[in-house]
Formats: sequence, C-alpha cells, structure tokens
Amino acid sequence: MDDLPTLEVGQRGESVGSPDAVSFSDVQYTWPGSSPFTLSIESFALARGEKLLLLGPSGSGKSTFLSLLAGIVAPNKGKIDVLGTNMAELGGAARDRFRVEHFGIIFQMFNLLPYGSLIDNVLLPLRFSRTRRDRALVQGPVEDVSKRLLMALGLDESVVGSARAASLSVGQQQRVAAARALIGSPQIIVADEPTSALDRNTEGAFLKLLFAQSMAAGASVIMVSHDESLGQFFDRVVRLDEIAVAKRGARQ
Amino acid sequence: MMIVRLALQSLANRRVTAVLTVLAIAVSVMLLLGVEKVRTGAKQSFADTISGTDLIVGARSGSLNLLLYSVFRIGNATNNVTWKSYQDIAKMPEVKWIVPLSLGDSHHGFRVLGTNTDYFTHYKFRHGQSMKFVAGGPFKDLFDAVIGSDVAEALHYKVGDKIIIAHGTGAISFIKHADKPFRVSGILAKTGTPIDRTVHVSLQAIEAIHIDWKNGAPVPGQSISPEQVRKMDLTPTAITAAMVGLKSKLATFRVQRAINNYEEEPLSAIMPGVALQELWGMIGTAETALSAVSAMVVVTALLGMVTMILTTLNERRREMAILRSVGATPATVLGLLAAEGGLLTLAGVVVGALGLYAGLYLARPYIDHTYGLSLPIDPPRPDEWLKLGSIVVAGFVAGLLPAIRAYRLSLADGMMVRT
Repeated sequence: MDDLPTLEVGQRGESVGSPDAVSFSDVQYTWPGSSPFTLSIESFALARGEKLLLLGPSGSGKSTFLSLLAGIVAPNKGKIDVLGTNMAELGGAARDRFRVEHFGIIFQMFNLLPYGSLIDNVLLPLRFSRTRRDRALVQGPVEDVSKRLLMALGLDESVVGSARAASLSVGQQQRVAAARALIGSPQIIVADEPTSALDRNTEGAFLKLLFAQSMAAGASVIMVSHDESLGQFFDRVVRLDEIAVAKRGARQ
Repeated sequence: MMIVRLALQSLANRRVTAVLTVLAIAVSVMLLLGVEKVRTGAKQSFADTISGTDLIVGARSGSLNLLLYSVFRIGNATNNVTWKSYQDIAKMPEVKWIVPLSLGDSHHGFRVLGTNTDYFTHYKFRHGQSMKFVAGGPFKDLFDAVIGSDVAEALHYKVGDKIIIAHGTGAISFIKHADKPFRVSGILAKTGTPIDRTVHVSLQAIEAIHIDWKNGAPVPGQSISPEQVRKMDLTPTAITAAMVGLKSKLATFRVQRAINNYEEEPLSAIMPGVALQELWGMIGTAETALSAVSAMVVVTALLGMVTMILTTLNERRREMAILRSVGATPATVLGLLAAEGGLLTLAGVVVGALGLYAGLYLARPYIDHTYGLSLPIDPPRPDEWLKLGSIVVAGFVAGLLPAIRAYRLSLADGMMVRT
C-alpha cells in the first residue's frame, strides 16, 4: 500500500482540548408525528481516533442515534458535544455546515448520485464546505486527491474514470462512498451498516481499507450494525441498549 | 456550479419524462399563444372587411342585419330601396360617391351582386387596400361578370368562361336564368373578405335577366332574348342597398340622420365600423371561451409536470438524503426541486413560443390564402409576455409543491436512506 495518500492530521486546529470527539449527556429526542418514538441517551462518548462498533437490532433507534450525532435533528433536551461544540445549541443551517465540515457519512446502500461521475460523487462535500475543500487542497488538486483516495480504497484506475456511478457494483459503490466520507479529512466517520450488502470477504477488505484511511487521517469511526462478528475489527463494541432507552408510543 | 450541473444531470437521468413534460408544456403554450394570434388576426381581418365606406344604406332594419347582408352576404334584405331614394341620396351635397348593391341571385351557392364599376374603385379593405384583378378587368358588356378568387378557384373558371346565374340564393337552385348566360370578364385577387365569394355583374344585367319575370318567376310564354334586351331601358326600379362615401367624415352623423328620417321610404343608414364592432362583440364570447380553454390546457400541462416530479420523488429521496449528508441544507433541497419545476416550465415556454413562431411562419401563407386570415408575426406583446412570465412563475410555484414534500421527507427521513 505504497500509494496511500498521506492525509495529515494536524491541519484542523479546532478544539484540541477535549479528549473525546463526541460526548452525549442526558440527551432525549422524540420524533414528531402521530406515533412518536423517543430515544434517551444518558451518557455516551467516542474518543478521538477511536473505532467504535455500535450494535443493535433494527428498530432499536440506531438511525435516530446517528441523526442526532450528525446533527440532522436536534435533541429536545441534553447536550451533544462534538469536537468541543454543543450541537444541541446550533441552529439548523449551522448544524448542516458543522456536519459537512466534521463528518463523513456512509450509508447502508444507495450512497451515490447515480447520474454523477465517481469523481463528482466524491467531491460533493467539498462543494458544500470550504473548510473541507481547503483541507483537501493541501494534498493537491481535488480531482487528484479523490482519484488517489479511490485507488487507495481498492478501486482500479479504469473504474475510477467511470462517467456514471450507476454502473458500479455495490461493493465498488461503497468504496466510492467511503472516499466521499474521507475526503477533506473530517474528524468523524459515521457509517450506517455500510457492509450489509457485501459478502464476508469483501466486507473485511472494505473495513480494513476504510480503517487504514481513517487512521491515516486521524479520524474517529463510529459504525452501527446488527452483526456482532464485525466486533473483531473495532477498538470497542457498544450495544445501543446499554447506552440508550428507546420508547415507542404516546408522547409523555 | 456543480450543484446546478448535478440538477441538470438529475434531469438528464430522467430525460424521457422530462422531455415529454417540456413538450406538454410547449404544446399548451403554443395553443395559448396561437389562440391569441388567431384571435387578433381574426378580429383584424374582420374589422378589415370593409373600409373607406362611411355609410351603408338599406331598407329599414337592424344595423346588424343590414351589415350582414350587404357586406357579408349573409341572410336577406327585408325590403328594397327604390331607385328614386338612391338617386335622392346620391344628390345630397355631402355625398362624394355612392355605389348600388343589388342582391338576390346566386351562382352555385355564391352570391351574385349587381353593382357598377365604381364598386371596384370605392370598395376598400384592409386599411384602404383596393381590389386588384389577377385576370381580365371590370365588366364592359351587359353580360359580363367579375368573379372573386374563391369562386374562380372552386369552380375552375377563367376569363371568357360562360356562366349561368340562378335565381334565388340557395346552393342548389332549380330556376335558372339559362337564357341569358354571362361571360367571365375578370377575376379578382384574394382579399380575405366576402368579395372572394361573390360574382359581380352590372346593375343593368340584374335588371336584364329579370325583365321577363314577374313575382319571382318567369312569365310563361313571354321570353325576351339577350339581343332584344340590349335595346331596352334597363334602369332598375329598386336596389338592395348602397355604399356611401362622404366628402367629410364630420358630416357622417348628419347624413345618417337625414337618411334615417327620409320621408318617402323607411331607410336605415349604418356606419360599417360601428356595426362591425357590434357584431364582433357578439361573436367575441366564443373568443373568450377559446382563451379559457387554452388556459386550462396550460394548467393541465403544469399539473402533469407536478405529477411527474412527484412520482420521481421516491427515487429522489435517496438523492436528498445524500445531499443532506454532505451538508446540503433543506433549503438547498427545496431550491433544487423548485428550480426543476421552474426550469422545465421555462424550457416548455421557450420551446412552445419558438414552435409557434416557426409554425406561424410556415403556415401563414397557407392560412392567408385559404382562410383570408392574415396572422401577424410580431414579437409577443406586453400582455403576451405577461402570460408567458406568469406560466413560468406558475411552473416554479407548482414545482414548490413536490419540493415542499421532499423537504418534509428529508427532514423526517433524517439519516435514513430509504429505497
């Protein structure tokens, strides 16, 4: 892996003081609607550079947890400290900006805009965040950076040139999604069962490549899954029901 | 900007539905503008039917009736005007010229008009244009006829052909003036007025073919040959109507009142412009209906577009979640979809407008020739610009509908990507 891009860690300079990348305290969130779902998290922390696997069956509130973490929704009460910023206090637009600057997100599947090229897809976050663009530019022209990243994640050069993301296999698509999450060196990579559509071999290879890149960038990784066997790849495994209480039904 | 490019690529990804949507809007816009063009064209052509004539005089009746039978050759006169009244009017000091009109006969459904050669110089249409001959010239002989272009075209007549005039105005007539055939002396150029569908003969000829008739039927056993008739006095006893030109337009009302109060016979004088306005006011209801229908078609096309965007929304939810995950605000998502609606409509309006002008350019000579309708090819007038602008705005607003739904979904979906 000689051709790995060297992603520098020291470029960011924000809030070096706090030891944790993320910490939740007394967080509660209720989805609006006729059948509300409430998730309460008393305390949760993710260390800088840590690779954490969050286990939970479907319906246990994993997606809600990720939505809170990434600032898609704001908690009704409590504090979500991310890199020294309390996300609960940020407005919607500020959370959107904060998210793109500090998070890289990989979905379960359908990560890519099917009509865009691979490079377009990888470069998306840079269009919404100048900070990430600047961070990427340190490593060279952004197109080159994304190409190197894609190749470091195990995509052939011939594939990297593809005009349309739709022509890729699921495994290849997830690698592109990983490249998009990693580009511009966000501090936290959030992955929502990114390997559920992959077979065992591909799964392991994908995680190894992802971690190699996230470590190079010094990013924390938090991944949710229902698959306990993935625990071997991570620093720490947490069950969602250990840290959170999910309540379904009428509003309190 | 890449976001705009992605929006366009997203549209390109759905190009079949997008193109169909644009086409639907384009066709509706073409219809809307086309109706408008035909409407103005028709109104203009209508108003241009007669010009330069200050008054039309006929037996006392409603102004519309008089206008219809004297200018449009529709319907019949209630009564005649005596030759004496005609001469009295002609002698009025304000009158510059007067042209008699005598109707009542036909040729294969085309009306025959008895008049004099002044008719060809004084009858004006389309802003004072005069009639032109494409072949031959005005009648010289007693049994000469000048035919309009539609007559010539429909019956394949040329100068020198013999024609027989039928009594009465039906398309099929059993009583014919077969003993006195006419010769086509001239063919008029297309005017886009009822002149095109008229056979013109001299007033004396009308008198001549009826000389051996009484009470609308030939008198049995009494037949006067064309040769004999030429030697007779053919001064008519009555005419149907007359067109009057005045020396000064200021005298119009005075002369009109004088004719309306003419004591020896009940007469009506009308101003053709005013009567035309009145008539258009009546058939104008149809034009409003037409405009309403074309507006509804535009609404339908826009609804189709909203449906198109809504049906693709599920697929787009994915797109929205991805964009949200990389930092797009819900407002960006809203903007993207609303822009899509606006963009599709704008494309539709542009294609529709260009299509209309292209169609107009191609079809104009044909329409002018066939229907006598001169359609204006001019840039959209302010009110048309307003209409086009409103359609684009409406498209943008209509695009907001699915956009707001996508916005809601993208909020509710949170980090979940649904399939």
